[in-house]
Amino acid sequence: MSFLLWPSKSRPSVSRISPSLSALSHGHGRKTLATAATAKIDARPIKSVLIANRGEIALRVGKTASQYGIKIATVYTNPDARSQHALSSPYAINLGDASAYLDGDKIIEAAKKHGCTGIHPGYGFLSENAKFAQKCAESGLVFIGPPPEAIEAMGNKSRSKVIMTDAGVPCIPGYHGTNQDPDFLKSEASKIGFPVLLKAVKGGGGKGMRIAMTAETFYDQLESAKSEARSSFGDDVMLVEKYITTPRHIEVQVFADRHGNCVALGERDCSIQRRHQKILEESPAPKLEEAVRQDLWQKARAAALAVGYEGAGTVEFIFDNETGEFFFMEMNTRLQVEHPVTEMVTGEDLVHWQIIVAEGGKLPLTQQEIEARIAGRGHAIEARIYAENPQMDFIPDSGRLTHLKTPTSTDNVRIDAGFVAGDEVSSHYDPMIAKLIVRGETREIAIQRLHAALSEYEIAGPITNVEFLKSVCQSPAFVAADLETGFITKWKDELFKENIISPEAYSQAALGTYQVEAAASYNSLSHNEVQAGFLTNIQNREFHYARNNPAGTSDAGEVTVYVKNIGRGLFDVRVNDTEYTSVASHWDSASKTVTSYFPHTRLDTRFISEEGTITLFQQGQQYRIRCATPGWVGKALGLKDNTHSVLAPMPCKILKVTVEEGDRVRKEQALVVIESMKMETVIRSPQDGVISRIVHRQGDICKAGTALVEFEQA
Amino acid sequence: MVRLQELHSRIEQGGPEKARQKHIARGKMLPRDRITTLVDPNTAFLELSSLAGHEVYPGDEVPAGGIITGIGTVHGTECMIVANDSTVKGGTYYPITVKKHLRAQTIAQENRLPCIYLVDSGGANLPHQADVFPDRDHFGRIFYNQARMSSLGIPQISVVMGPCTAGGAYVPAMSDESIIVENQGTIFLAGPPLVKAATGEVVSAEDLGGGKLHSSISGVTDYLAVDDAHALVLARRSISNLNWPRPEFPERSFKQPLYDPEELGGIIGTNLRKQISAREIIARIVDGSEFSEFKKDYGETLVTGTSRSSPPFLQHTPPSLNLLDLSLSPGFARIHSHPVGILANNGILFSSSSLKGAHFIQLCTQRRIPLIFLQNISGFMVGADAEKGGIAKNGAKLVTAVACADVPKFTVVVGASAGAGNYGMCGRAYGPRFLWMWPQAKIGVMGSEQLGAVMEAVGKTVGPELKARIERESDAVYSSARLWDDGVIPPAHTRAMLAQGLKAALGGSVEGGETRFGVFRM
Repeated sequence: MSFLLWPSKSRPSVSRISPSLSALSHGHGRKTLATAATAKIDARPIKSVLIANRGEIALRVGKTASQYGIKIATVYTNPDARSQHALSSPYAINLGDASAYLDGDKIIEAAKKHGCTGIHPGYGFLSENAKFAQKCAESGLVFIGPPPEAIEAMGNKSRSKVIMTDAGVPCIPGYHGTNQDPDFLKSEASKIGFPVLLKAVKGGGGKGMRIAMTAETFYDQLESAKSEARSSFGDDVMLVEKYITTPRHIEVQVFADRHGNCVALGERDCSIQRRHQKILEESPAPKLEEAVRQDLWQKARAAALAVGYEGAGTVEFIFDNETGEFFFMEMNTRLQVEHPVTEMVTGEDLVHWQIIVAEGGKLPLTQQEIEARIAGRGHAIEARIYAENPQMDFIPDSGRLTHLKTPTSTDNVRIDAGFVAGDEVSSHYDPMIAKLIVRGETREIAIQRLHAALSEYEIAGPITNVEFLKSVCQSPAFVAADLETGFITKWKDELFKENIISPEAYSQAALGTYQVEAAASYNSLSHNEVQAGFLTNIQNREFHYARNNPAGTSDAGEVTVYVKNIGRGLFDVRVNDTEYTSVASHWDSASKTVTSYFPHTRLDTRFISEEGTITLFQQGQQYRIRCATPGWVGKALGLKDNTHSVLAPMPCKILKVTVEEGDRVRKEQALVVIESMKMETVIRSPQDGVISRIVHRQGDICKAGTALVEFEQA
Repeated sequence: MVRLQELHSRIEQGGPEKARQKHIARGKMLPRDRITTLVDPNTAFLELSSLAGHEVYPGDEVPAGGIITGIGTVHGTECMIVANDSTVKGGTYYPITVKKHLRAQTIAQENRLPCIYLVDSGGANLPHQADVFPDRDHFGRIFYNQARMSSLGIPQISVVMGPCTAGGAYVPAMSDESIIVENQGTIFLAGPPLVKAATGEVVSAEDLGGGKLHSSISGVTDYLAVDDAHALVLARRSISNLNWPRPEFPERSFKQPLYDPEELGGIIGTNLRKQISAREIIARIVDGSEFSEFKKDYGETLVTGTSRSSPPFLQHTPPSLNLLDLSLSPGFARIHSHPVGILANNGILFSSSSLKGAHFIQLCTQRRIPLIFLQNISGFMVGADAEKGGIAKNGAKLVTAVACADVPKFTVVVGASAGAGNYGMCGRAYGPRFLWMWPQAKIGVMGSEQLGAVMEAVGKTVGPELKARIERESDAVYSSARLWDDGVIPPAHTRAMLAQGLKAALGGSVEGGETRFGVFRM
């Protein structure tokens, strides 16, 4: 037994040291699910751990490990050599290529060579690879995660459904059989209950998929789905599933140990998603009846126990807003990205729990104790901060973080980040910059705190989703907890409203540029210091900025800011038709702040300028302002007019070019399929026209802004 | 005081509202805006004699004398700026204009300030010709001053942003470097109406003396700008390349090339006959891959011009040569913050390439900027047309300039080193401080095949052994073994070798010799 190794902070209560009391109880007074106190436990302490992951999760795991005196070794790949997780330990092992985080054998070898006793896989990469877990065990290493069999069982979607159904966990009703007789399918649909989803077995990308809302429309929808499937995949075998009109994604954090204990550490609502990926997660799930909540927990634990689970896992359910029913989707056999939400509402360190379980120890808290914790700790929300452009369908971005200022960490505000200012967000990996987790006594307070913390979050360099997250926080539907997975699509008009750049912001951009340039003017006498004589007007300056144009297709014109230096630190500023006279402005290079006293207000603006883009942070708002390209540049450098070409929106690899030179294409027609950050993106035509040239072909690697396809000039 | 203030603010406006609007409508910047764009942000501009011309000519208002002069900071260098105001009587020179221009030049000469002329003038104000032309301190003195200041090493830079007619044409022509705005600046001794009157020839101003013509054919100007803003950016760049004032120690921080020097190996390729692009090499050698190419357009075939106006040497270039790629690329750059002048071959040397090379070497010696020769040359152009065009004497100008240039010189043979090209591109005989060879480089009077052909032509038989021997003797290793060079270097190390060479040449207590050129055969 390894109890004595537990540091006092997490030492289980005295009563639970006795194995006989290590029972697990849950709501509704039902008794112990299982105990295995008598089973022989192979317990051994983990003295050193290799963290087989990168970024924030590697740092997060390392933090807990160090806290408990566990030596850590980190791994990195060539593009990650200087990343924070690699630097966090004196024992850092180079794995080589960008993809080497998946090289299990190399990692095991490294762990053995460095005398590590355990491997923590983090999330993603090898975390749900049963073979890897198996190999770890065979190599005498403790895999900090569930047993390979459990990973295997849950990894197989159809097998896991059978196991779940047998264990009494509800799965989404449907017919997946071979009988394709329309009448039979209809009778199956009626059994399931309308509306139903008709999906081609071989389908994908929404092709060959229809929704039959009622029995009356069933045949029409079936025929339509079949014909689309036939033309798309040459196969029209259909499956029928219950269609949930307003689904929510609710998942339960479970933990199990080798002693047969299994607890649910509350649930998380992760319905706010884009591109089928979560961006906001919260716990407890709002608007959930207590009975349903208890039922969810119970089913989740049943699911875990059904596969002999150990360690941290998440059972994901799809929740039907209309009926209050929920169905098992899958179980993630790892610690998840959003685990801090649960940590916030339970006050527990889940990585530490993982280590305890891996060492053969017992779960530190009982279900009742957990419930008591949750009852007293309010509400937590996590926002994932990504380098991505919400205005362009959340397309990932990458690049150097030229400026990074995080909100102050407190008991209620936590930041899990893998980057510091100056780091590069690499296009090789997931573009998540950080996770911001806040807690509040109530959901309302948590949302307010999240908004405040996001307003303090300053990131310059890649485009981020911070402003978008803020608009979600302010969305009345979100505040009212009207959650569903289609939330972003449903409220898109409200969420994607244009970020209007105020004349004051343009003024600050210009005043910042003016003063930064002046500060860099060698050792010359400044105009300010020696303004002399009767003449005044030398040193008036004009600054041209491109109007905000998220789509990036057509020219939205320019904003011109006139700055006239009228005395020491005094300026007259005109932005198009708005004039500000006698603005006292000051640039502080240490804090990168432009402070200006406009006639009506004072503004303190963080001013970051790099390569033609000015990023301002002002009154909790971020503005990205692009400097207009001088008219002569294109001509002098012989550049082609951009409107005649389609540019790569990010660094990418060309997967497919779907048009030929000479083709006449329609607006929105697919032109090129690119891959970046392991994600495919279809580049569509911005206009009707004729393709004059395919600049890049399949397999080419392109930088952002490279022309992919050129159009014939009109 | 108030009266003076009002007077000054009126003068600051320049010419009449109508003239100013017309000026702006043509896409031109007002002269004071040009100065603001030219000088460093927020630096003081010491303007001179703004009251010049006030109530001097009854009935004629000539604000500021039609010319703005003053001292401003450009790229950290104090410069005398002389800007014509073409909104005032077309920028023509009244007697007071001449006087103000000359006064500015005097100040520049006394204080050794580089001069920047923003030219936009109709020339002498003809009704006043008697008071602007004949005397000692009249119009001619402007050019006299330019020539004398240049000889004293005070840089003279012109930016042609409007007409420069007759005498005015000499302002850019007498400058060390000149920039011209296309479809806007013109330089000619006589404008189209006068030409028509004199010879009956009908020609547009742009064809007669526009930016394209002067930058690519006549060579009167060195840099072609798209508009005023671009021209002023180029002028700032020219000042930054003056090496003035000379810093005692170059800055320790510098930008690495944007293009990876390791790629040089791949750029060479294996086909020696395939021309290596000089710009591709330079981009992998210099700080930030920043290269201010001098006379980039000179010798380029003029797309809009008639074949009649094309110089003969261009019509007879070998078809394999890409005409748009210049045969010689000279320009300013930095290596580990040391300013350097680079001359790199892009093909055979023509008369035009020789002339621009010689001009560029003069600029570098004047400014004590070390020279780097990236040699890949099979020789000067041959043939009847080339000889008619004086290839021998023009080539000799380049050779003279290279020979006499008394600044540290460095040569890297990146390809072929053959014939008189070896001389023009600073071969061993021309005293480079260091000479390095790339591994695949060849050195010899000519290639083994040509040598065989020549010998056969004069009746000698050439056996395969001789060819093989010549081939062997041309090899870089063969050369290096005989100390014809200072070593064979990996192409990727060129930047590092040059940086060390520069340090060796400039690091110690170095007495700078004054370059004196011999007679240039014109």
